[in-house]
Amino acid sequence: MTSQSILPLELRAVNFEVQGKRLIKDVSCTFEQNLRSIIIGPNGAGKSLFLRLCHGLLQPVSGQIIWQGGGDRDSARQQAMVFQRPVMLRRSVRANVDYALSIRSVARPEREAIIDEVLQRTGLSRFADYPAHALSYGEQQRLALARVWALKPQILFLDEPTASLDPPATHLVEQIIEAIHVAGTRIVMTTHDLGQARRIADEVLFMHRGRLLEHAPADQFFDKPKNEHARAFLGGELLWWHPKHPLHKPGSKKEICQ
Amino acid sequence: MIEFSEAFGVAFSLLISLDHELAEIVMLSLSVSLVAVFIAIIVGMPLGAALAIFTFPGRKFIIVGLNSLMGLPPVVVGLVVYILLSRSGPLGVLGLLFTPTAMIIAQVILVLPIIAALTRQIVVELWSEYEEQLRSLGATPWQALPTLLWDGRYSLVTAMLAGFGRAIAEVGAVMIVGGNIDHVTRVMTTAIALEVSKGDLALALGLGGVLIFLSVGVNALAYLINKPASLNNPINKPTLFRSPIKENVR
Ligand SMILES: Nc1ncnc2c1ncn2[C@@H]1O[C@H](COP(=O)(O)OP(=O)(O)OP(=O)(O)O)[C@@H](O)[C@H]1O
Ligand SMILES: [Mg+2]
Repeated sequence: MTSQSILPLELRAVNFEVQGKRLIKDVSCTFEQNLRSIIIGPNGAGKSLFLRLCHGLLQPVSGQIIWQGGGDRDSARQQAMVFQRPVMLRRSVRANVDYALSIRSVARPEREAIIDEVLQRTGLSRFADYPAHALSYGEQQRLALARVWALKPQILFLDEPTASLDPPATHLVEQIIEAIHVAGTRIVMTTHDLGQARRIADEVLFMHRGRLLEHAPADQFFDKPKNEHARAFLGGELLWWHPKHPLHKPGSKKEICQ
Repeated sequence: MIEFSEAFGVAFSLLISLDHELAEIVMLSLSVSLVAVFIAIIVGMPLGAALAIFTFPGRKFIIVGLNSLMGLPPVVVGLVVYILLSRSGPLGVLGLLFTPTAMIIAQVILVLPIIAALTRQIVVELWSEYEEQLRSLGATPWQALPTLLWDGRYSLVTAMLAGFGRAIAEVGAVMIVGGNIDHVTRVMTTAIALEVSKGDLALALGLGGVLIFLSVGVNALAYLINKPASLNNPINKPTLFRSPIKENVR
């Protein structure tokens, strides 16, 4: 984990589609080093797809995803992702972290110390020998964080890491993310919690219907979003809701926001 | 009718006294089938998992082939192995016909498609759940393969037991390639067939009882193993109810 930085990450006119349906439309942006970016937008905006594209799990149909700092093969090892629904391997908590380290070819003698440290820092030491599947949802979420933390990635993608967590657990997860960031990891994260976005974000990306509509420093964005949809979203309006047609008539062509 | 109940009585006493002949037959049955299932697992599980993970030309063809081999009539398998191993056959020089080895070969052919096909189904499902996570961690498909087999272990036991069930209960193939030779290749199923045809029901019933016991046992085992694995986990014991997080993030 010593190699040079793979950042910044640049997306150039990235499009993604499934069976001819365009789901990510013409997204261009750059992620500089050492910031925390929060992606917000309504359900179905394409936030999760966007993260997967950046992380290399999906290939764009056109456009480029460029790691300015290094080659493709190397860049994958410097990234990690926490999924909206993290998969716990059917083995102990400790073995889950150990597995991730072994895949990244960290030598066995070094692993022990790393595992102990990340479990301790995520408050999971007591559960080290429990089957990961027996953990509560919030504990599993912390294990997912411990697992990626152990990898010391240069950039970490997080997809709604605190969805359906209670306030103390959310607070804990935010602290963990902060600690990971302080240790030198670039954070790119989605959330539906605007309070959380304000707490964490250095910069905000607002997505809507597959488009990146705004990308701005956090202060500026929350103070005075330029995009009207972003304004409406922050104001708590439902973006698919039309004031004159509260319930879409079947087949109604006149949808809002086009 | 009197004969019948007498036979029951004799069968029972054979079982109770662990009759030597009966025990010998049961042991041979078990060892032939266990070895066959073991070989089928070693080959069939990685094969099934590979078919689930990798895409390569001819894959669909192999899958369809495996699925149809699952229903192979044992008698036909016996016949083919017989021809291969018979003195004039291509493998005749090995002199394996009418030996337990020949019976193992036939049972491997019967069991392997079952284990491979069931493994494929189990791993396909698991892979759809795991794929993005494993790729994200950096696992290659070759690294994912053992991971998936290990994480599917509870379901895979069912595949093993299904294979064992077929092997131990099968009569046609072992009859043809083993020849039902006393003290050499006589297993439970072939012995039952022989004893019944001789009209000696006692030994047949005793062996039948053992077979039923084994198959019920195998099914019970499959059921127990597939119950939520966490039942005997320390975490589910009431004494270990977790208190709110004490450790803190520094
Ligand atoms: N494999 C797929 N096939 C077809 N459509 C898909 C596929 N994956 C995603 N989509 C569609 O793409 C859109 C964006 O999905 P995505 O999961 O990125 O949304 P999101 O912004 O993460 O939403 P949420 O806030 O609900 O998590 C959705 O309308 C979804 O239905
Ligand atoms: Mg999402």
